[in-house]
Amino acid sequence: MTAAALQPAPVRQRVSFSERSAHAALLLVALALLVFLAAPLVAILQKSVQDSDGSFVALANFIAYAQTPALLQSLWNSVWVSAAVTAVTVPTAFVFAYALTRSCMPAKGLARTLTLVPLLAPSLLSAISLIYWFGNQGVLKGAMQAIGVEQIYGAPGIVLAEIFSTFPHALMILVTALSAADARLYEAADAMGTTAARKFFTITLPGAKYGLISSALVVFTLVATDFGIPKVIGGNFNVLATDVFKLVIGQQDFQKGAVVALLLLAPAVLTFAVDHWVSRKQTAMLTARAVPYSPKRAPLFDGLMTLYCGAVCVLILAMLGMALFASFATFWPYNLQPSLKHYTMGLIDAEVDTAFFNSLRMAAGTAVFGTLLVFAGAYLMEKTQGFRTVRSAVRLLALLPMAVPGLVLGLGYIFFFNAIDNPLNGLYQTLTLLTVCTVVHFYTTGHLTAVTALKALDPEFEAVSASMKVPFYKTFWRVTLPICTPALVDIARYFFINAMTTISAVVFLYSPETKVASIAILNLDEAGEIGAAAACAILIAAANTVATGLFMALSWWVDRRTQAWKKP
Amino acid sequence: MTVGAQAPYLRLAGIRKDFGSFSALKGIDLDIAQGEFVCFLGPSGCGKTTLLRIIAGLEVQTAGRIELAGRDISVLPPAERDYGIVFQSYALFPNLNVAENVAYGLVNRKVPRRAVAKRVEELLALVGLPGSQAKYPSQLSGGQQQRIALARALATKPGLLLLDEPLSALDAIVRVKLRSEIRSLQRTLGVTTVMVTHDQEEAFAVADRIVVMNQGCIEQVGSALQVYRDPATLFVADFVGRINALPATLQGGGLRVGAQVFDCEHTSLAGHAEGRELRVYLRPEDVLARPIAAGDANVFEAQIDKIDFMGPYCLVRVHSDALGAQALTVYLSLNYLAEAQLAVGSRLPLRLLPDRMRVFA
Repeated sequence: MTAAALQPAPVRQRVSFSERSAHAALLLVALALLVFLAAPLVAILQKSVQDSDGSFVALANFIAYAQTPALLQSLWNSVWVSAAVTAVTVPTAFVFAYALTRSCMPAKGLARTLTLVPLLAPSLLSAISLIYWFGNQGVLKGAMQAIGVEQIYGAPGIVLAEIFSTFPHALMILVTALSAADARLYEAADAMGTTAARKFFTITLPGAKYGLISSALVVFTLVATDFGIPKVIGGNFNVLATDVFKLVIGQQDFQKGAVVALLLLAPAVLTFAVDHWVSRKQTAMLTARAVPYSPKRAPLFDGLMTLYCGAVCVLILAMLGMALFASFATFWPYNLQPSLKHYTMGLIDAEVDTAFFNSLRMAAGTAVFGTLLVFAGAYLMEKTQGFRTVRSAVRLLALLPMAVPGLVLGLGYIFFFNAIDNPLNGLYQTLTLLTVCTVVHFYTTGHLTAVTALKALDPEFEAVSASMKVPFYKTFWRVTLPICTPALVDIARYFFINAMTTISAVVFLYSPETKVASIAILNLDEAGEIGAAAACAILIAAANTVATGLFMALSWWVDRRTQAWKKP
Repeated sequence: MTVGAQAPYLRLAGIRKDFGSFSALKGIDLDIAQGEFVCFLGPSGCGKTTLLRIIAGLEVQTAGRIELAGRDISVLPPAERDYGIVFQSYALFPNLNVAENVAYGLVNRKVPRRAVAKRVEELLALVGLPGSQAKYPSQLSGGQQQRIALARALATKPGLLLLDEPLSALDAIVRVKLRSEIRSLQRTLGVTTVMVTHDQEEAFAVADRIVVMNQGCIEQVGSALQVYRDPATLFVADFVGRINALPATLQGGGLRVGAQVFDCEHTSLAGHAEGRELRVYLRPEDVLARPIAAGDANVFEAQIDKIDFMGPYCLVRVHSDALGAQALTVYLSLNYLAEAQLAVGSRLPLRLLPDRMRVFA
């Protein structure tokens, strides 16, 4: 007999009732993520290796794809447009972030807020504005043609609109990266008489290295997988995202659609992997003992930075302002008298009022149920014990949505939920499924916020409670939840705003009854009602602004109610 | 390792913990009597915290049996065992005030509100923080927070108190004060207590018995004096206190170190054969500079290499040609150094205490 055979089975602790209920809840979360995330993705994989009758054809679809020159052209278009946008956005955002974190320029708060405003509107707002600036009847069409650009529709429009829509994302990452500076390094450099340029290249740039990598990847992926902007301003210029739509909705060629979806998945997965690696490195850089950097006054530098940020802000305002102005113009470009025509007739004719109401319902649903699911999942994962396999499955599934573009997720939902033999088939095209899809689409960010909040709690709370024979759910209710409420409000706001503006994930899933406002913009634009489209985008932005205000009030109230202990 | 005739209050039998191929605990047997204060002492990674967490049910042993008050608790979840616990991080609930923290376990037991308030008052008086009910943990110092954590752990009158490095996060002065308070509190309440620490001075100050651990094994169990004066193993001798190690050979009933033969009356010498290579361990305070009378045995002449000022005494490094250039560390009082006008390079006679020369093979 071997030594191993002699060893008794390892001791297993008896599982208490409260722990069993935690396991059951964790299993439910895992199940929800399996059905609404993993299964649709598997459906895409499956479709990509089947023919239209559903028999296995190995890589035939991929080969057919590679032999279609038009599709390959789209692939190339997607790549170079994304690269071009990245090349402009990242340096622009870097200088802006540098000004915010390392200069003493005035009105930093205003500049920071203004750059975040575009996030409140659907990304294609910038495309609509560009049409008003440079389109067939655009204000600056002549100037554009004078510098040799024949028309805005196509690559120029996509690149320009994407630069505006990705700028806030890149800026947020870079501001975080540049804020993580250790003043002691700069003091040491000063003590050795280092020049400003050398400090920049030996301390600042290496310190922001991971932020730069991460922002570049995020911008590239956002552009490559964006659907709204190319749809509105792309003209005949095809990219992968518009191809998926045409293949699936136009030609009902699900197999090729699945192949293109997998191509879209590639940069997102790469971004996700690199970002994961980068964030690990980033946290290791700043130790608890670091001294935060505070910039010193330097009139020339501060002045230059103010000018630069001012210019960028003016451009952002021009984008937002044009859409706002045009949405009120009676009949562009002939009658610029302000009127509510687009808001009343235009929107109501197109039944956008229903769509807008749908949007609000979906956003509210996403905020409530998404926050509940995300926080429950994160809590059960972080703070309960045992059930190893399910726990690591949830951990993985919770991070997966970050690597799945909305378009791909939406496509997976068609394949999976539209299948006749799926018992959940009844959900297809309902507002419920739109809500679920949106929750899943934005799951990871919410999840990471929740995990960060939970990790900040002492890991021994649950152990102490158990020693006092207090079941975990009581501690959850009395301690964990009150401490984490500010994070919950943050998550809910994030869900709400993104649900209002999302297009790519839901574009495959709506029916005429369940159309949402962001989709209505696309339809209006397609129908040539660009004024109404602008009005609709502005309406979404307005709703999100109001919502943000409400969420801020809520978090102020929550802070007063639950965070009194933080005051000295 | 049984204690007295009384059945042990806490009994650990064959506790093993494996993480993959690594064994964190390699079969721990230990009995702890009711009312005893026991310290697990060892370097980091020796398994002392893992053992405490296994007693608490926060980690599950790979094998072995745990009995608490005659009840087998080996597979019970933490809530069904009977203990209070205090962590290094205090783990006070930050959003609850002191009274709510202390009463946390009481409220759950449907104790009437007035009784709870009274018990809280009692406990806060016990830990020396009366009247602090309405404060939040963030308004208290580290030492105060740890007292509250202690009060909370004792609130439900558990049979066993577990302390996981409770003083490590505090600064030196608070640490010394709080440890003596914990000790007297434990005496008053008579609660069986297990404390994990890596600080031997702390263990010496509070423990009835010290369990010295290394690499997942118990090296020695004994009182502070036993562990210090009579280390059971080389590891304990090295880990606890400062020690001199000298190579020696058994020669005619004495120990030859270098060129000189010393008398040794330590029991550990028994059973070794003539000519055997051994190692002599003796503490700095067992090498005496005075009193030395003419004709005393075990005296040799040494020369001072280095003097480290430590306050009331100095740590003096010496060597002796008679011992084969072997360096020794001795404690000499500041007054003696001044009286005898000793400095680096001075020569002085030193005497080894024959009954303190612990021998290891």
